[in-house]
Amino acid sequence: MSFQVSLGDTQVAAAARTKIGIRNLNFFYGSFQGLRDITLDIPEKQVTAFIGPSGCGKSTLLRTLNRMYSLYPGQRAEGEINLNGVNVLSAKQDLNALRGQVGMVFQKPTPFPMSIYDNIAFGVKLYEKLGKGDLDDRVEWALKKAALWNEAKDKLHQSGLSLSGGQQQRLCIARGIAVKPEVLLLDEPTSALDPISTARIEELVSELRSDYTIVIVTHNMQQAARVSQHTAYMYLGELIEFTPTAQIFVKPRDKRTEDYITGRFG
Amino acid sequence: MTPDAADKRDNSFALQDKLFAGTTQFFALLVLVTLLGIIGSLFAGAWQTLSQTGPGFFASDSWDPVRKAFGGLAPIWGTLITATIALLVGVPVSFGIAVFLTEMCPPVLKRPLGTAVELLAAIPSIIYGMWGLFVFAPLFAETLQPLMISTLGKLPLVGILFQGTPMGFGVFTAGLILAVMIIPFIAAVMRDVFETTPPILKESAYGLGATTWEVVWNVVLPYTKAGVIGGIMLGLGRALGETMAVTFVIGNAYNISAQLFEPGNSIASALANEFNEASDPAHLSALITLGLTLFVLSFIVLAASRLMLAKLSAKEGKRT
Repeated sequence: MSFQVSLGDTQVAAAARTKIGIRNLNFFYGSFQGLRDITLDIPEKQVTAFIGPSGCGKSTLLRTLNRMYSLYPGQRAEGEINLNGVNVLSAKQDLNALRGQVGMVFQKPTPFPMSIYDNIAFGVKLYEKLGKGDLDDRVEWALKKAALWNEAKDKLHQSGLSLSGGQQQRLCIARGIAVKPEVLLLDEPTSALDPISTARIEELVSELRSDYTIVIVTHNMQQAARVSQHTAYMYLGELIEFTPTAQIFVKPRDKRTEDYITGRFG
Repeated sequence: MTPDAADKRDNSFALQDKLFAGTTQFFALLVLVTLLGIIGSLFAGAWQTLSQTGPGFFASDSWDPVRKAFGGLAPIWGTLITATIALLVGVPVSFGIAVFLTEMCPPVLKRPLGTAVELLAAIPSIIYGMWGLFVFAPLFAETLQPLMISTLGKLPLVGILFQGTPMGFGVFTAGLILAVMIIPFIAAVMRDVFETTPPILKESAYGLGATTWEVVWNVVLPYTKAGVIGGIMLGLGRALGETMAVTFVIGNAYNISAQLFEPGNSIASALANEFNEASDPAHLSALITLGLTLFVLSFIVLAASRLMLAKLSAKEGKRT
């Protein structure tokens, strides 16, 4: 197996500021511990990938970053997650505001049961009171950013469900960036998509990197190699290694990482 | 298996299938025949009134078996008003119950509360009627009703609805009892359909920073609208046709009044009270005409809900 990683990426990786600083994070589903003492710095305006076998905690970790877990009684996190230096795990954190800063896209496309236009306007209206013209502009901007404008501009008032799977997922990305977050969380965003749609999403992720800090969970190691600058390998709730992507696939530091990326298990 | 044997087997299979299809078709057709039979006999029974009084039956509110003058407006009006009150009170409460049970309820409370709602639906209507007459009406007359008359009754425009004598029974009380009766139905259906919303869809909305209310109103409700409307129609159907509980508390007076605290009558209640005494063919025919009207009303409700669903889907945007 070979991975193409350019040298430029390594240099980018070295220079970045920390956007999200995770310190000694432990996570519990009731009495089961899902994450163990995770410490990790997610760099600003780069793509960070979480990889690892099923059940390793990579999605759990992602879901702590926007505190999605708070929806479910019995799930709790200990430690610190500092977004721009502010601990979002603190009880005082306004969850709605946090989720305005940290957007999320899921394994499956989840368009709301409304028109394409309303799908995007929905999130915007939660935070801003825009006039009709400004709202139109924002919808267009988001759809262009998500590379969906050309396909969707003639049917903005049709149902979001009328789009193909790949288009629906780009609609969800457009919906996420329309509220102008700083961080975008992608939870296996291409696992339900065909290879062509997957390629388009990956291309999009690389473009969005210039404006957003992106964290992507993926099952697919090639995908991590293609889109990310940093990769975290997780196993059984622990962070085994966090290295620039350029290195991890060529020269992993940990034996367990090597076993995983060479396909010996997982 | 020889080809011959396979052939035989196929034959017996085909016969069995035919027999099965025939039987099920017979049962399905039975429904249609029953429906047509009921419509037919209602029309036949109502014919005397319809041909003699004509549309005037639906415009007159005088119901006088002695003078043989029959106008159905009062019970029709009462049926519509009590059902409207029941929906106005019952739907928001049911919605609240369903939202609480699906979105906010601590897991320990979920099962007991859900079971309580279902048990409420299992109470026979006669018990609601007794409770309404002996417990609720006197209490209502002493406490809430005078308060409503002295506050809501003073409002401009809507004030007239809440004036009258605080007797406890009447159109408003009947509507309230009906609301209590339909709440468990509507709440149980709403809860069940709310739970069919994929968690990932709700998480997407929460993930954008929506509050629970925004998620329920903008995502869960549109996603489950067919089921929600179905549940409301189920409740409305029950409210329109409910007999025993309404008879106990509505007052049974052929009376149309804007004042909701006055006694009134409903179709089902009128039928239950008078069928035994209706020895006169004209009286009987008038009662059957009321029955036919109730049937048509229910049909209109069903058609309206279909229409409403189609409109809502259109608003959501085309899917092709």
